[in-house]
Amino acid sequence: MIKTDILIIGAGPTGLFAVFEAGLLQLKCHLIDALPQAGGQCSEIYPKKPIYDIPGFPEVLAGDLVDNLMKQIEPFQPGFTLGERAETIEKLDDGSFVVTTNKGTKHQAPIVAIAGGLGSFEPRKPLLDNLRKYEDNGVAYMIKDPEVYRNKRVVIAGGGDSALDWSIFLADVASEVTLVHRRNEFRGALDSVEKVQQLKNEGKINLITPAEIVGLHGEDTLEAVSVRKTTNPDEVVTLEVDNFVPLFGLSPKLGPIADWGLEIEKNAIKVDTFDYQTNVPGIYAIGDVNTYPGKLKLILCGFHEATLMCQSAYQRIYPDKKYVMKYTTVGGVTGFDGSKKEAPKAVVKSIN
Amino acid sequence: MSDIKIKITDRDGVAHEVDAPTDMNMNLMEVVRSYELAPEGTIGICGGMAMCASCQCYILSDHELPEKSDDEEAMLAEAFNVKENSRLGCQLHISEEMDGLEVELAPEEL
Repeated sequence: MIKTDILIIGAGPTGLFAVFEAGLLQLKCHLIDALPQAGGQCSEIYPKKPIYDIPGFPEVLAGDLVDNLMKQIEPFQPGFTLGERAETIEKLDDGSFVVTTNKGTKHQAPIVAIAGGLGSFEPRKPLLDNLRKYEDNGVAYMIKDPEVYRNKRVVIAGGGDSALDWSIFLADVASEVTLVHRRNEFRGALDSVEKVQQLKNEGKINLITPAEIVGLHGEDTLEAVSVRKTTNPDEVVTLEVDNFVPLFGLSPKLGPIADWGLEIEKNAIKVDTFDYQTNVPGIYAIGDVNTYPGKLKLILCGFHEATLMCQSAYQRIYPDKKYVMKYTTVGGVTGFDGSKKEAPKAVVKSIN
Repeated sequence: MSDIKIKITDRDGVAHEVDAPTDMNMNLMEVVRSYELAPEGTIGICGGMAMCASCQCYILSDHELPEKSDDEEAMLAEAFNVKENSRLGCQLHISEEMDGLEVELAPEEL
C-alpha cells in the first residue's frame, strides 16, 4: 500500500503544480496517471505546441512547461504510479481513502485530489461490429510485449507515429507485417516515414493504402481481416492474419471516476469554488476535470485551483494547526530531500 | 458587427438555425458549443487544434469552403464515420461566405 498525504489523480500540469503547493505546506503527494509519462495532454497531445497564456512565459512549448514543472516539484519528491488508471475508491473508518488502479496498485491518503483533465486516455477503437469478440484474441490496441508477435502475421492500421514505429519494429519480429492506412500520406517523423518506405521496397512491410479494415473473421480467435481499398470500394480483399493492431491514437474518457458518487455536470465534476472540494468531503477536483459557474479550462486556472485546494487539504489534515501563508521569497523552498532554496540575504555593510 | 445564419443538425437529428458572428474570431465548433448543441465534453475536446475528431461534421450545402490544412486532412484520415463531405468544425473559421451553411454533426465516437 502506497501511503501519502494528498493522492493526486492525473499528472497533468495542474496535478504537478499541486505537488509544489502541497510541498510548501510540508504535505507529501503521490500521483496516478493512466499515461506512461507525466504531463497529461501537454505531453500526450500537443508537446510541440506553444502556449501563450502562462503568466510570466510569453511563449512556452507544452512539453517544456511539463519539464519545468517536474523540475519545480523535484525537491518535494512526489511518487508516481504511471500507466495505471485509478479504478475504485473506498473510504475507510478513519476517514482516509484507498484508491485502487486497474492493475491492483493500492494507494491510501486522507485527501484525494482529482486532477483528471478530460479523463484517462483510452485507445480509439475502430467501428467494427465484432471487434469486442476478438479483443485479447488477436486484437490489441497497444503493443506491450512485441514478443507476442514473433513469427505471427500482423496487420497494423493507422497513419501516425505509433503505426509507423511498430510496423518498423515488428518487421524484424513478425513473419508478415501489413500496414493499412486510409490515406497514402502518413503523419509521423520523417525518418519513420522513410524507413517504412525502405522496408516496403525491400518487401518487409506490405503496405496497403488508401484502404481500411472493414471486417474481422475467425471462429474464436482472429483468423482473417477484410481490407477495402478506398479507391476501389467494391473490391474487398481478405487477408489471413493472426493479429490486428489498430493504432488510431488515444482519446480521453472520464472513465471510472464517473462512478465514484461525485456530482457530475456536463461531463465534469461539480466543486465548491471556496476550496474546490466535491460533494464528498476530502475529495477535491481541480483543473479541467471540474466545473463551477464561470469555469474556464485554462492551465493558469488549474494552478490557482490547486493552490487553494492545498490550503483546504492542510486544514482537513491538521484541523488544530494555525497556518499563515508565507511567500516563497520570504520562506524559501525547503524540499523533502533536504534541499533549501532561498533569496540571498542582503549585505549589511557601512560605507565610510 | 454582422451575423450569418447557419443551420446545424445535432446528433439527435434536430435542426437548429443559429446566428453566428463573423467578427468574433469564432470557428464552427465554437458556435456549436456556444449554443450547447452537443454536450460539453463531447465536442471540441482538444480545444480546436485539429487533434481529435470530436467536432467532425458533414457539410450538407454546396458552399465553397477553405481547403483542408494538412493537419485537418491527417486527423480526418484517422477519424471514424468519415464521409466525402466531412470537415472538422474547429478548422472552419466563420466568415460571411458561410451565410446559409448547412451542416450535420457526425456521431460521437464511443
